[in-house]
Amino acid sequence: MIEFEQAGFSYGDHAILRDMSLTLAPGSFQFLVGPSGAGKTTFLRLCYLDLAATTGEVRHFGRSIAPSERDAIADLRRRVGVVHQDCQFLDHLPISENIALPLTVNGIDPREREEDLRALLQWVDLTARVDAAPPLLSGGERQRAAVARAVILSPDVILADEPTGNLDWDMAQRVLTLLVELNRMGKTVLIATHDLNLIRAAKARVQARVLRIAQGRVQLAGADL
Amino acid sequence: MSAAGRFLRGDPGAGRVVPRGARAAVSVGFLAGVMAFFAVLALALALAAGRLAENWSGELARDATLQIFAPKDQVEAQARAALNVLRTTPGILSVRVVTLDEQKALLEPWLGPGFAVETLPLPLLIAVTTDRAELNEESLALRLGAEAPGAVFDNHAAWRLPLVTTAERLRLFALVCLGLTALALAAVVGLAAQAAVAANGQVIQTLRLIGARDSYISHAFTRRFTLRALGGAVIGTAAGLALLAALPQASEQGFFLVGIGLQGWHWALPVLVPLIAGLVAWAVTRFATRASLRRWS
Ligand SMILES: Nc1ncnc2c1ncn2[C@@H]1O[C@H](COP(=O)(O)OP(=O)(O)O)[C@@H](O)[C@H]1O
Ligand SMILES: [Mg+2]
Repeated sequence: MIEFEQAGFSYGDHAILRDMSLTLAPGSFQFLVGPSGAGKTTFLRLCYLDLAATTGEVRHFGRSIAPSERDAIADLRRRVGVVHQDCQFLDHLPISENIALPLTVNGIDPREREEDLRALLQWVDLTARVDAAPPLLSGGERQRAAVARAVILSPDVILADEPTGNLDWDMAQRVLTLLVELNRMGKTVLIATHDLNLIRAAKARVQARVLRIAQGRVQLAGADL
Repeated sequence: MSAAGRFLRGDPGAGRVVPRGARAAVSVGFLAGVMAFFAVLALALALAAGRLAENWSGELARDATLQIFAPKDQVEAQARAALNVLRTTPGILSVRVVTLDEQKALLEPWLGPGFAVETLPLPLLIAVTTDRAELNEESLALRLGAEAPGAVFDNHAAWRLPLVTTAERLRLFALVCLGLTALALAAVVGLAAQAAVAANGQVIQTLRLIGARDSYISHAFTRRFTLRALGGAVIGTAAGLALLAALPQASEQGFFLVGIGLQGWHWALPVLVPLIAGLVAWAVTRFATRASLRRWS
């Protein structure tokens, strides 16, 4: 689905990631770990083409997309759902409209998908909060809403950037459960996190691969996790 | 037409992705209103100046006078000779001797009712209607000079032509004002659209992250700004028309004054003002937002 071939990224002279060769295989479930500042967010941004590799190549669905191909990038983001670290909502729209936004920007009237939307809201347990503005939601509600928005277009790949970062354990489990369920539906899932307990909890439920970023390189983590 | 319809109806929700409070959009509406107001007045001025120029070069231009300045005993003979010349000149449609009573009536407003007009050495006056295209003034002057040396033919060109020129300049000035108004509107809307794109960077970033194409984002901004400009221009045009309707209408007889108000089918022309304002806003916002979005990536 997403293939890195000797890919690297640097901000000017400051190399963040280098010489990565790996593949996110269809239907796989993986964690991306590393200390804060290691480059996890950078790696995800390469995956949804918010950044372009400065060396090597990254292929999305078999194709290498140039930064100037704005429409191709937009189309890619319909196939790659992202749960952003800071959620990225439009604060002037109620949360239900934020969740439906990927439909809206694709010219699909959310009213045509009312059933799907209702089911989705129920799945993330936000039915009671549909009319609330995003800033009024709790951290857990925001994360669940972000998951709902990430999957509303039925993407093939779901990327989540520290989705449980500031949630208590119970809430983190609920969000993890949503992502595990998506993987069971056949979606490729990649979760960036530094929460090792979360990884252990997941490993009890799915076949998960752990990628570790250290010194700018991405390696498969050993069995110590 | 269906494209315009789709544009106005909008995509479901497209209008809502740009935050309502976008200040720039509000001021675009206001400024479009002010510009439309001025545009309507400039348009009325241009039309009135056009009518003025037409009056002075058209209707009035057909009128001329012939006066006989001669010793008393020759006046009648020369007048007869002059009339003969006029009647046999191609391009002279009609001639009529203006009676003393008529001359009195013409002079009364200037000299007062009690004035004994008879004491003035009034020349004999002949009113002439001409067909300017057919009349050869040079040959007329030659023939008059030969047969009635005291006759002076006056086609009013001396005072009429400067007035025509003035009216034409006035119309040009009004048209330039119209053009400048449209340019100013374009500049204001363009700057406002750029400012709005800059101010809504976070919104645009979010829309892009969830897979919105740039054309969609540009459309959302363009729609918002075009509708604001259109709304403002409709109000401004209405205000301008209300002002024109309230102006006293100078009567058609007004010799060289013409009412600034609109006449007849000209009342339909201001409809173009909001349409053009909307079109300008659409083109400029579309261009400005697309350019900003391109710079952004
Ligand atoms: N816009 C930027 N310009 C320069 N350096 C940056 C920028 N964004 C992030 N970095 C640097 O890149 C490194 C990796 O950042 P990031 O991918 O956010 O790490 P993580 O998500 O693992 O915490 C950090 O050292 C950070 O300081
Ligand atoms: Mg990060």
